[in-house]
Formats: sequence, structure tokens, C-alpha cells
Amino acid sequence: MKIKNLTTSFRVLDDYYAAVDNVTLTVNKNEVLAIVGESGSGKSALAFSIMGLHNRAKIEGTLDFKGQNIAKYSQGKLNKLRGKEMAMIFQDSLSALNPLMIVGAQIDEALLLHNSSMSKKDRKVRVIDFLSKVGIPRPEKTYEQYPHELSGGMRQRVVIAMAIANQPELLIADEPTTALDVTIQAQILDLIKDLKDDMRAGIILITHDLGVVAEMADRVAVMYAGQIVEIADVYSLFSSPQHPYTRSLLNSLPNSAETKTKLHVIQGVVPPLHKMPREGCRFRHRIPWIDESSHEENPELHEIKPGHFVRCTCYKDFYFPDKHKEASGNGAT
Amino acid sequence: MWKLIVRRILIMIPQIFVLSLLVFIMAKAMPGDALTGLIDPNIDPAAIEAMRERLGLNNPWYVQYWDWVTRAMQGDLGQSFHFKMPVTELIGQRLVNTFWLSLATLIFTYMIAIPLGITSGRYNDTFLDRAITGYTYVGFAAPLFITALLMLFVFGFQLGWFPTGGSVSPGSAAGTWDYILSKAYHLILPAFSMAVITTVSTVQYLRSEIIDTKQKEFIITARAKGASESRVYNRHILRNSLLPIAAFFGYEITGLIGGTIFIENIFNYPGMGQLFLQSITRRDFSVMTACVLLFGIAAIIGALISDIILSLVDPRIRIK
Repeated sequence: MKIKNLTTSFRVLDDYYAAVDNVTLTVNKNEVLAIVGESGSGKSALAFSIMGLHNRAKIEGTLDFKGQNIAKYSQGKLNKLRGKEMAMIFQDSLSALNPLMIVGAQIDEALLLHNSSMSKKDRKVRVIDFLSKVGIPRPEKTYEQYPHELSGGMRQRVVIAMAIANQPELLIADEPTTALDVTIQAQILDLIKDLKDDMRAGIILITHDLGVVAEMADRVAVMYAGQIVEIADVYSLFSSPQHPYTRSLLNSLPNSAETKTKLHVIQGVVPPLHKMPREGCRFRHRIPWIDESSHEENPELHEIKPGHFVRCTCYKDFYFPDKHKEASGNGAT
Repeated sequence: MWKLIVRRILIMIPQIFVLSLLVFIMAKAMPGDALTGLIDPNIDPAAIEAMRERLGLNNPWYVQYWDWVTRAMQGDLGQSFHFKMPVTELIGQRLVNTFWLSLATLIFTYMIAIPLGITSGRYNDTFLDRAITGYTYVGFAAPLFITALLMLFVFGFQLGWFPTGGSVSPGSAAGTWDYILSKAYHLILPAFSMAVITTVSTVQYLRSEIIDTKQKEFIITARAKGASESRVYNRHILRNSLLPIAAFFGYEITGLIGGTIFIENIFNYPGMGQLFLQSITRRDFSVMTACVLLFGIAAIIGALISDIILSLVDPRIRIK
């Protein structure tokens, strides 16, 4: 999957504003690409654009999936791909499942839609097979159960089973563990990892949890205000983060070595869509102590090392204003 | 499932008891009784008093209530002072008429509400949706009796398409095809007039339910699975949106009771609503209480039906 200059704009008060701004990314087979960022940075909007699930947004750019530009596909054509070649795992498993359908029927639907020749009996066997594959202890029983009868972890496993039912080549996981407690989170992450090795699919993992990123990802893209501000392989990103935003994010993680100092807090919030600055470095308002001259006028992605890209020149002059210094290396990976 | 139904039916017993008590006390609290105004004022007051005594109208209210309840349980709702016949017999035929009228109204209500609600919800904020919601606002604002009068005037008197009164043409023998057709023919205009107004809340309800369900996350899940637009609507949105409509069904029945009172009087249709209004103006105490009691029971049964339907369609409500 190659994403080139993707811009997704939403209409706010008669004007279009880009929630995803000129994003270029590549996801390879058998690779986990993590997309990290705060709420409102455009991570989910990006995922929905790839799946073609926005109905009132304007999408520009190309989405090259196996040599085809699917950004130009009609919904009917996309329906043949969605659920089959690319699938999505959602964040909140309770609302992502239809409350009035038994879970078996919901997974069955994914099979039915793409394998019209399969008999009902075969599909049931397959569904039960997948349920046990995602670690559900009594798949025959769970098949007949309604979503509200299952625990959060079990439901998330069902959602995953639904996504992998047709063994997609691209799997988008939109914060798959955010709604779960920590022990279940670890189980689900292990499951996704196992499945990845099994299916050899490309996975886009959307999260704001840097712990999850360190655990799962091969490469990481950091998004801020609709733009990618830094891309690197997971090791370089954690050992030598460059962009002020990435550094601030890493610096706001609790550190077991330093228990006396206050946690670093990034000032302010991501500006709302229609108030987003469109010129200059979009992060500059949240690091006001950095001299304006160190920002680029039209920040570009600079390749500072092979495969490591950073937007804007401000990373060169960036420092943290408060007393506690940036934890070196951040102890990741 | 059966447990739930049995439990629900058991709850109805105290409900009906409280209902009967309220009905009785309210009827008694009305000024005058069956003898007021009905009897020639020249009759000796002592004789009237004697008649009161004989009819049990001088007993304390709880004794009268007990008498009424025990007899009602045996199917004897008393005598109509006006019609001079047993209330049970009087109500019997009219109850059947009202039942058919209500059924026809319900059918019309849903025949209008479901397609309009679905169209309006699916294509919200389009011209079509605005037209439909426009109609519902008019329906909310227009009183039922004005609409019914207008319909009667236009379709009954001016165009002459439908009969203007009664429940069956005189002369047709019960049980024949002619009789059934004539009954149905007499039903259409009153039932439709009522449905046109009572349906608007269901249309709005269905519309907002669909708009609401449309934005739920499991709809996105269905789309992400590759389900086509029509499949998303038929399999996922509709069933979830019709659920509250099923819950609404019971209220629909309660609403019908109020509606039939207007409609039957305007269309001169011999049903319970007409009988009820007549019994009030004539102080026909036993008929009136019987009517209110039956209306109340109908409302309670409506709620029961709602609960049963809801538990059938929504797995989350079923009690294990």
C-alpha cells in the first residue's frame, strides 16, 4: 500500500479544511507501521480515508493498493476490497458490534460477502475455526452469543476474528487496545503479533500509546495536526527522536528513574480543524519559547538519515524550557 | 421467554385492581347519578329516594365498589339506565366495531409511517425529507377532529367516495361477503383520517432512530466488512431502528382510544368511543365505568404487547 499526497478535507461552515494534509506513506507486506499522535491529529481520519469510509469528505491524492489507485474507486468497487483484501479493527468493541446479532452471524457476514460459493455449513466451520484462532475458549458457544454477553477482551477478539476472516493483506487497527485494561491489552497485542506472523499482512497500527508502539511497530509515523512530522524505524525513533513534537511526546512518559519531578506537559491542545494554522510549522504555537527564525516557512520532510524523515528545521534548535532535562534515550526498545 | 411473559401478566393484576378503583371513585365523584335528570321531576322525592335505596346508590362507596367488582368478574357490568339492557350486551357489538376500526387504523398508521420514516431517515436533509417532516409538523399541529371533519366533508359529502356514517350498509345480512365488504368500506375513511394524524409521531420517531443508528459504529463495521449500502440498511440499520417503534406500539394503542372517541363521534360510527361519550352526557353510570375500565385494560394490554415484542426482538432485554 502506497499512500501519496493524501489530503482528506471536511466541510466546516461552508469551507473545506484538511484533517489529513498531504500525507505520503508506504506500508509493506509483513510490516507494522504505527501512526502516533494526540487526539485530533488526524490518525483515524487517515485510516478511514484508506478504507473509503468517509462519506462526506473530499479526498485528494492517490491510494495505491497493489498497483490500483483505490482513491478513485466507487463504493461498489470498494466493497469488493473492504473486508477481503483490507480490513479494520475498531477501538470500542461494544459499539463496533451489532447488538442484535449473534457474534457468529456477524463474522459469518464477512465470509458471506466475499465467498458467495461457500455453503452455510462450511462458513460456520470457518467462523468457529477463526474464533478459536483468536483465542476464544469455547468457540461453539460463543458463536451463538450476543455481544453484550461477552467480556471486553472476548469482544475485541471477535472484532479481530471478523477482520481477519478473509485473510486481508492490509489490516488497519484503530486503537485496538485503548478500551481494554492492561492485562487484556497485552493479550490482544500478542494475538495481533501472532496473527501478523501468520498472515504476513501489512498492518497499520493507530495508537497514542507509545508503549504499544515500542512493543509492536517496525516503523513509526508521528502525526501532528494532519501532517506527518517524523517517520523512522522504531529503534531510531525511540533512541534519537528529532522533531520537537516527538521529543515532547516521549518526554511526557512517566519514567521510573525520575520519581521526584513533575511530568512534562505539552502546552495547549491540537487546534480545532477550522482554526488550524495552515502556514509555517504547525507545532510552533505550542513551543513559543523557540525562536521563530528556527522554523521553516514551508516546512518540508527532511531525510536526516536513510529512512528517517523530520518536518521543519526547528528540531535543530529545540530544547525543553523547564528544569528537568530530557531523559536520554528514553529507555525504549 | 415464558417466564418473562408470565411475570409480566402477573404484574397486570394489581394494575387492573388500581385502575378499577380509580375508575369507580372518579365516576362516583361526578355530580349527579343515574336518577338525576332522567326522572320526571314531578315524581315524589320519597319515591326517588326509595328507588335509590333499591338500586344500592345509598350504600357507602366501598360496598358499592365491592358489589360492582364481584359482579363484573362474573361478566355482569350492570344495566344501562338509558338503553335498558345489560351493559355487557350493549358493549359487545360496539367493542367488535371499535376493534376493527383500531386494527385498520394501526395498519394504516404503519403503512404510512414505515416507508415515510425510512425514506426520511435514510435521505435526511434532502428535499424529500423536508417534505416528509413538513407533513409531520402539520400533522402535529392539526387537531384530529378538524382533520377528520375535513376528510368527511371532502371524501364523504363532496366527492361521495365513502359512506358518511354507520359501520355497515343497512340490509346486508351478517356473514355474507357483501356484509364483510360493506364493513371494510365503512372503516376506510375513519381509519385513514385517524391514521394520517396519529402516524406523524411514529414517522418522526423512526426518522430520528434511523439517523441515530446510521452513525453508530457497528454500521461502520458493516461497511468495513464490505457490505453494500442496501445490505447495511436492511440488515443492520432497519432492525435496530424498528426496535423502539415496537416499544411504541403499546402507546399507539393508548393513543387509539383517545382517537376513536373523536372519530366515532364524527363519523357516527357505532363503537366504544361513541358509546362512551353518550354515556357521559346521559349519566349512564354503569356504561361509563365499563367503558373506562375497558379502555384502561386495553392500555395495559398495549404495554404488555410492547414488552413482549421488545423481548422478542431485543436479546438484551430477555430475562434468564
